Amino acid sequence: MSQTMFDKIWNQHVITGNAGEPQLIYVDLHLLHEVTSPQAFEGLRENHRKVRRTDKTFATMDHNVPTEDIFNVKDKISRLQIDTLGKNAKEFGVRLAGMGDEDQGIIHVIGPQLGLTQPGMVIVCGDSHTATHGAFGSIAFGIGTSEVEHVLATQTIWQTKPKTMGIHVHGELPHGIYAKDIIMGLIAREGVSFGTGYAVEFYGDTIDRMSMEERMTLCNMCIEGGAKMGAMKPDQKTFDYVAGRKYAPKNMEKAIQYWQQFYTDDESAFDTTLDMDVTELAPFVSWGTNPGMAVPVDQPFPEIKNEDDRKAYEYVGLHPGQKAPEIPIEFAFFGSCTNGRLSDLKIAASILKGHHIAPQVTALVVPGSRTIKHEAEKLGLDKIFKDAGCEWREPGCSACLGMNPDQVPAGVHCASTSNRNFEGRQGAGSRTHLASPAMVAEAAINGHFVDIRKVGVA
Amino acid sequence: MEPITTITGTSVPIMKDNIDTDQLIPKQFLKNILKVGYGRHLFFDWRYNKDGSPNADFILNRPERQGAEILIAGDNFGCGSSREHAVWALKDYGFKVVIAGGFSDIFYMNSTKNGFLAIKLPRDQRETLAAAPADAKITVDLPNQEVRYDGQTFPFDIDPLWKHKFVNGLDDIAITMQYEDQIEAYESKIPQF
Repeated sequence: MSQTMFDKIWNQHVITGNAGEPQLIYVDLHLLHEVTSPQAFEGLRENHRKVRRTDKTFATMDHNVPTEDIFNVKDKISRLQIDTLGKNAKEFGVRLAGMGDEDQGIIHVIGPQLGLTQPGMVIVCGDSHTATHGAFGSIAFGIGTSEVEHVLATQTIWQTKPKTMGIHVHGELPHGIYAKDIIMGLIAREGVSFGTGYAVEFYGDTIDRMSMEERMTLCNMCIEGGAKMGAMKPDQKTFDYVAGRKYAPKNMEKAIQYWQQFYTDDESAFDTTLDMDVTELAPFVSWGTNPGMAVPVDQPFPEIKNEDDRKAYEYVGLHPGQKAPEIPIEFAFFGSCTNGRLSDLKIAASILKGHHIAPQVTALVVPGSRTIKHEAEKLGLDKIFKDAGCEWREPGCSACLGMNPDQVPAGVHCASTSNRNFEGRQGAGSRTHLASPAMVAEAAINGHFVDIRKVGVA
Repeated sequence: MEPITTITGTSVPIMKDNIDTDQLIPKQFLKNILKVGYGRHLFFDWRYNKDGSPNADFILNRPERQGAEILIAGDNFGCGSSREHAVWALKDYGFKVVIAGGFSDIFYMNSTKNGFLAIKLPRDQRETLAAAPADAKITVDLPNQEVRYDGQTFPFDIDPLWKHKFVNGLDDIAITMQYEDQIEAYESKIPQF
């Protein structure tokens, strides 16, 4: 019987349990951050347990980190969480990219960047955007704090094997259209729970042509469609990306030989499939309060079909029939585990170069990691952003969820490269409009969204 | 963990679909290093006005709905962020069970880890329950896998392993540690490169 890549990795990691029931799965990489780990370490301490495999565990601070002066954590409880992770890492012997460390950054950005994320692995983290790591041909998903404690203590996790969904993405991406538009378009079409209970695998010529960073963007937002994991098969691009990184295998040849076994035999192995032709895809902008409430930039916002729609329109202060260019943008956010990598910053900078953001717009640029920040500075991107009137910040999750001081004021419309437009997500009363970095850059310059296809992209 | 068998109590219906964990507990309340104390922040943005006073229109604040143990909700409950604080907040508030059309995978797993029952029922049955008067008792019978109300019985599915854990109040880590030999045997076979 033909198998999916997911089946092959899963079956290899089962320690006990039968198919169809919860099975005990081995975890190859456990990533930690300061928000969802303190209660887990406390649980270990109470029960006199230790971290079973410190060599498969890696921690950093990202959610609470201030991006202006990282060492000046004014919020007492933020500081408590940051300090607690530092203490816990030390006490339990867990590797930590601490405050100010060159390796510090958003956990889903630094995993791949450090070569910790590798094909064929089972990767977990107490964060729903763990799906990002699936881009390497791994099983990667978010877990809760009790599960974090369980993985720390046992290096395993109980999971019922999900069904598999293959998503065939094909065609040449039009000029100005990016991975972000593919995943937003998919969720707008299929809804915010189409993937619940499924492990998603993307395949097709569009995926083959994508860079690793674009693939990460695609997998990252699978959770917004309900799928707790998204992935694609590892290929030469994957192997080249991993090679030479800090924690990459010493023997790459042997590793690659091993990783090459992970692919889906044929489409019939999937429990279900979807098809997505991207040749006519438009840039997407979200108008409402979940990522499925999104439309192509040139299309009107939909009619009110239910109470959720009515509440969403009321919250964002927009109405059916309007189009994205009519949204008055006063805030722009570049960053997050969705679009905070170097290629995203390069795209945004290429558009902002020689321009200035609209006077009413505040724009934050928050690199996904300190290394990305330094790489961007070497390329002079920081200067382009600053000359354009943007604030160039230290790395972290920042205004994607506003756990640090970076928040969008109430009632303000924010063009954002992040992943969630939930009520209050970027700050109480904030109105988030998700889009690609290119679209957000244009929105920052113009004070409203424009159709990127009509302005041309560098 | 407290064993759970049968829960009989009053209910609160919030039949909205896609109630995400940001709504269940907004991020400003995740900054804690404990598992308790989140109940007063449950549904914060809907439950309180801007000045911090209770929003009298929100069902959780109505006097006749106080002390409810059963939450009746729409589809895709608990979507979004993985924060387990959402389950802790529901539990800390006093809810023992949520009955919805479906759950995000992560929320569901989090509920199983905290002795908090998450039950799936079809919409028509949930609408019957949602229409129950504030003082009407609903019974959730886990051993028999059924919800009973007003002479009606609605059966539900639950994985036998989760059911066993709920009914016996078992600690996951202690269960897993019984497999230590198998975990070690697995580790000895992991390829090194």
